[in-house]
Amino acid sequence: MIELLNKLTQCYGPSGNEEVIREFIIKEIKEYVDELVVDPLGNLIARKKGNGKKIMFAAHMDEIGVIVTYIEKEGFLRFANVGGISPYFSLFQRVKFKNGTIGVIGYEEKIKEMKDLNIDKMYIDIGVKNREDAEKLINVGDVACFVGDFYENGNKFTSKALDNRLGCYILIEVIKSSANFSNDLYFVFTVQEELGLRGAKTSAFSITPDYAIAVDVTDTGDTPGSKTMALELGKGPAIKVKDNSIITHPFIKNLMVDTAKEKNIPYQLEVLERGGTDAGAIHITKGGIPSGVLSIATRYIHSPCETVDQDDVKNAVLLLSAIASKKFN
Amino acid sequence: MSTNDFLLTLSSLTAVSGYEHVSLTEIKKFFQPYCDLVYDDKMGNIIGVKKTKTKTPHKVMLAAHMDEIGLMVKSIDEKGFIKFTNIGGVDQRLLLAQEVIVHGKEELFGVISAKPPHLQSKEEANKAVKMEDLVIDVGMEAEKVKKLINIGDIVSFRSSLTTLMNKYICGKSMDNRVGVAVMIECLKELNRQDIDVELYAAATVQEEVGLRGATVISYDINPDIGIAIDVCHGDTPDVSKDETYVTSKGPVITLGPNIHPKLAKKIMNIAKEYNIPFQTDVDPGNTGTDAWAIQVTRAGIPTLLVSIPLRYMHTTVETVCYNDIANAGKLLAIFIRKLEGELGELLCY
Amino acid sequence: MLLKMLTQAMGVSGNEQEVRDIILKEIHGHCDGITVDRIGNIIAYKKGTANKNKKVMLSAHMDEIGLIVTGITDTGFIKFKPVGGIDSRILLSKKVLIGENKIPGVIGIKAIHLQDPSEREKAIKVKNMYIDIGAKNKEDAEKNVHLGDYIGFDSDYIPFGDNLIKTKALDDRVGCAILIDMLKERYACDLYAAFTVQEEVGLRGAGVAAYTVNPDVALVVEGTTCSDVPGAEEHESATYLGSGPAISIMDRTSYSNKKLSQFLYELAKKNNIKVQYKRTTFGGNDAGKIHVTGEGIPTAAISVPCRYIHSPTSVMSLEDYEACKKVVQLFLYGIENFEIKKWEVIK
Repeated sequence: MIELLNKLTQCYGPSGNEEVIREFIIKEIKEYVDELVVDPLGNLIARKKGNGKKIMFAAHMDEIGVIVTYIEKEGFLRFANVGGISPYFSLFQRVKFKNGTIGVIGYEEKIKEMKDLNIDKMYIDIGVKNREDAEKLINVGDVACFVGDFYENGNKFTSKALDNRLGCYILIEVIKSSANFSNDLYFVFTVQEELGLRGAKTSAFSITPDYAIAVDVTDTGDTPGSKTMALELGKGPAIKVKDNSIITHPFIKNLMVDTAKEKNIPYQLEVLERGGTDAGAIHITKGGIPSGVLSIATRYIHSPCETVDQDDVKNAVLLLSAIASKKFN
Repeated sequence: MSTNDFLLTLSSLTAVSGYEHVSLTEIKKFFQPYCDLVYDDKMGNIIGVKKTKTKTPHKVMLAAHMDEIGLMVKSIDEKGFIKFTNIGGVDQRLLLAQEVIVHGKEELFGVISAKPPHLQSKEEANKAVKMEDLVIDVGMEAEKVKKLINIGDIVSFRSSLTTLMNKYICGKSMDNRVGVAVMIECLKELNRQDIDVELYAAATVQEEVGLRGATVISYDINPDIGIAIDVCHGDTPDVSKDETYVTSKGPVITLGPNIHPKLAKKIMNIAKEYNIPFQTDVDPGNTGTDAWAIQVTRAGIPTLLVSIPLRYMHTTVETVCYNDIANAGKLLAIFIRKLEGELGELLCY
Repeated sequence: MLLKMLTQAMGVSGNEQEVRDIILKEIHGHCDGITVDRIGNIIAYKKGTANKNKKVMLSAHMDEIGLIVTGITDTGFIKFKPVGGIDSRILLSKKVLIGENKIPGVIGIKAIHLQDPSEREKAIKVKNMYIDIGAKNKEDAEKNVHLGDYIGFDSDYIPFGDNLIKTKALDDRVGCAILIDMLKERYACDLYAAFTVQEEVGLRGAGVAAYTVNPDVALVVEGTTCSDVPGAEEHESATYLGSGPAISIMDRTSYSNKKLSQFLYELAKKNNIKVQYKRTTFGGNDAGKIHVTGEGIPTAAISVPCRYIHSPTSVMSLEDYEACKKVVQLFLYGIENFEIKKWEVIK
């Protein structure tokens, strides 16, 4: 588990630039699936054929990042956000471009109060002398992801991009498991979730599944002074009831809850007050697709230190496999 | 059923967005007497179909959302008080001292409680209480509460229907059960009459959280004309006349980019011809109603929006005048009856 | 002149009739099929010469920002709301034309002499503005103006400076003009030119057109923001005037297909045509809806830089316009043999 998850999180793959992470996943799963295609937007769709219901499991493979918009005479890079970036989380973080160039994010020191900090007033320092040197390494439009090593800390993992390589990991483990699935399964590694659930929308359209379950990370309410939320690390994977993008179809919610109970897998129920995920786009595709979300409680989302519990991950794999094996009428 | 009883039953049903299915059977019953077929789709939209003898007929879809705003259980504290979040746009200022029903394993009565006023500082007392500082009190010990109520359970507002003067009716979830009532009135008017188009009357789900039901049902039906029926702001002393419409002065026809101009002209001409009172609203972009979703479905759907003026929107005392509902139903029925044969000329630009 | 005629026509979102009529007349006889769909988009089709043709959609929106009549006061002044994104501060002291009959009006304001000094510091809200058409009273006004009438800016077409022009509605009549010209020739690929409606109120027409056409690739031709002016810091400017058409990398609504964007950029470079990337990421255009239509459509966007976009006094360089046209044409000639697959089967 550790090795694969480590590699997945450390892969480069900001939204719109999922080539590297996609190649990595292709290599991981190619042997285990019946069909494997890349769709027009870049989603990776893997199929394990079966006779039952057509079920789509979706996990987005993109991560947040920054895009270069301008190179200053002195060689500093101005940038914009790719996905939901907080200026506070970004300050003095390291970022890494596709070609390996590493930079540090600084800010215009004339800013007096931190509340006035915004990314228009920030820049990336890649250690060059001037624009000419910078342009040897970086062009306007190049995209970097944040740097955040993967490490194991007790029973927890911390890394960048656990949002949502963790979801990818869970899908890969289900694909590799030797369980005898009774359904026609589509595993979709989606693109551009962080830019507005774009890959999920088109892949759901072309697959048109009977049911869909997205796997993604979600917030918690278990840190000092955190917002009220009835989710804790280590209490089991979370079955989403509601977020801003979806109210889980009761059939899917019950399916997930009942399966967890049957298999004695711990679970929590999730009500997320802001944010959304791929299922939000999937469930209103065409004539409607009953959809749900399997979430992993995660601390410090969209920072380089996203933190999750190992048991939640293991249990998520078990629960998703059990759902994949379920016989429907 | 008298008009009052009819709305009384409709508005008393619970159909918080995403959980409309608990009233599925009840709502279907309203359609059954006037439709050839009543069915529900994967998301829970309810559709009543009135068929026609015309071969390869055009399809007309009426859409009124049946969902209502509500609350959802977010967490339960060690004393058994329930923290909650909103479903749809809930004004936190009117939550104080509100009565609710928590739909757990049983339906539990509860009141929304907050710190008593005499314990608050002067500064606090001048501010609206935030939703995150409010709790629901179901009057039970924590252990019992946790047994009966789960995270994610729905909470609906409890309010009974009151009749005011001059056929004004007041209660919860009039937004948008009055829209559903308009569809029923329209179907009643058309009962046992032949029409040249195939009519779909859709009670849609999840409008309050993002027009989601209308999005999928218009894809599925793919009508030639889509007519959304919703509510708009009624006249009250605290809002300027520019932003509101007079209750009792007739349904409101919207104009603007969301609306097909020829259809709007046609329905207004019919209203004039048949002496049905109406008002005109101009919306420069997103109408925020099912019409916005319907218009850009598939290859594009010519769309109308008919609204009933309603006072105190998204409260438990939403107030309408029944005459407006009856008039809207009548107007739509005549409009539909007059659609015949080729719609080409009417729908082309 | 085509660009003058197009920009002078009125076509506020939801009321593109006049623009649509001009375009239909201009493309008549140059296409193998023309339809106006149920939301008002024009979809013009021109068959390609190759055996197995790529289906290419060009898209430009016909609509422009403007205003709409929402009320008439008892004294005969017109109340209005903006259609599309308008900075309300640009509205004061401007001339407008109302409705089908183009009734002239002016957006007036209390004279500076009558204002408190504090009033002068504040932006006036649209709900406190009004249009004067010279009516005696409400009844008199109602003879000429109706609720729901669309209002366009009255701004003439003036060439000035170093090969620049000033007019209204450059966003996106420049795109329409280019598409019209493209339809006059035949290419190896099948060409679908979509003149879309209601871009300014939420990219409404483009998704519908893309659903109907379902092309293999799409190119959006636009007028885009250019803030190479004092007051904006250099790194905040999306494009430069006079530096050629701008190719989008990413904005709020889409991440352009990278292969297509690069193809466009290199086409221009190879042919010695000035070209630039649109550098900032705010704003959006029809690509936002097109690229996520159906199973997904590889989409790119190319734009003519326009200063003071979304105002009645938009400014553009005719050189940028001509360069943009050339790149779009080279794109149409070259796309048939350009390797871009919608689906890639691995196993």
